[in-house]
Amino acid sequence: MIDFIKGSLILVGACLMLLSAIGLLRLPDLLTRMHATTKAAALGVILIMAAVGMHFAQAGVVARAFAIITFILITAPIAAHVIGRAGYFVGTKLWSGTIKDELRPNYDPLTHELKSGLETRENAKRQPRDSDPD
Amino acid sequence: MDTVILISQVLMSLTLVLTFVRVVRGPSLPDRVVALELFSTTVVGLVGLYAIKTGVASFLDAAIVIALMGFLAAIGFARFLERGGPRDD
Repeated sequence: MIDFIKGSLILVGACLMLLSAIGLLRLPDLLTRMHATTKAAALGVILIMAAVGMHFAQAGVVARAFAIITFILITAPIAAHVIGRAGYFVGTKLWSGTIKDELRPNYDPLTHELKSGLETRENAKRQPRDSDPD
Repeated sequence: MDTVILISQVLMSLTLVLTFVRVVRGPSLPDRVVALELFSTTVVGLVGLYAIKTGVASFLDAAIVIALMGFLAAIGFARFLERGGPRDD
């Protein structure tokens, strides 16, 4: 029984990683490619590491597999965010079918300044809070 | 179990090949960085598979180090890209 669970975890994980590589190869622009690699590949590694923990079933190994899972879960979104941000800043072309680019009207590529369009003196004033010392 | 591991190793080697195609073809540097990150993630999975196959749990330490290095490389490349200013490749 446990062999069956381990085997299916490993197979599904490997298939997800293959899927992410196909997405990386086939999708049209940087952001959609990143979408494929972060989600599918992270889930694939997580499933394989779960299978590793089940295979050895010792406290130390399970802890290490769990550490890898946590590390991947934390770092994959951070790395994707940082690369996507850098890619946008250096002017990577978006896919021609992109419907909406929310950042374009508010972002100044020369000064790297982001505006919401709601900046007034009234909004910039600090609102007093209940927790303020008198 | 051995057959399952063999099939998975073949699938993940195919993943490495496809990722390498994107590294070579990638129209811009950020695409290549994304592909390299997938590369290191795949190698982490392969090391986990090898640990199951041989029954040596110490390989997981190598997997931790590879994951850490992939993350740091991605951060470093992004930093380099942002400092480098506008580019056209």
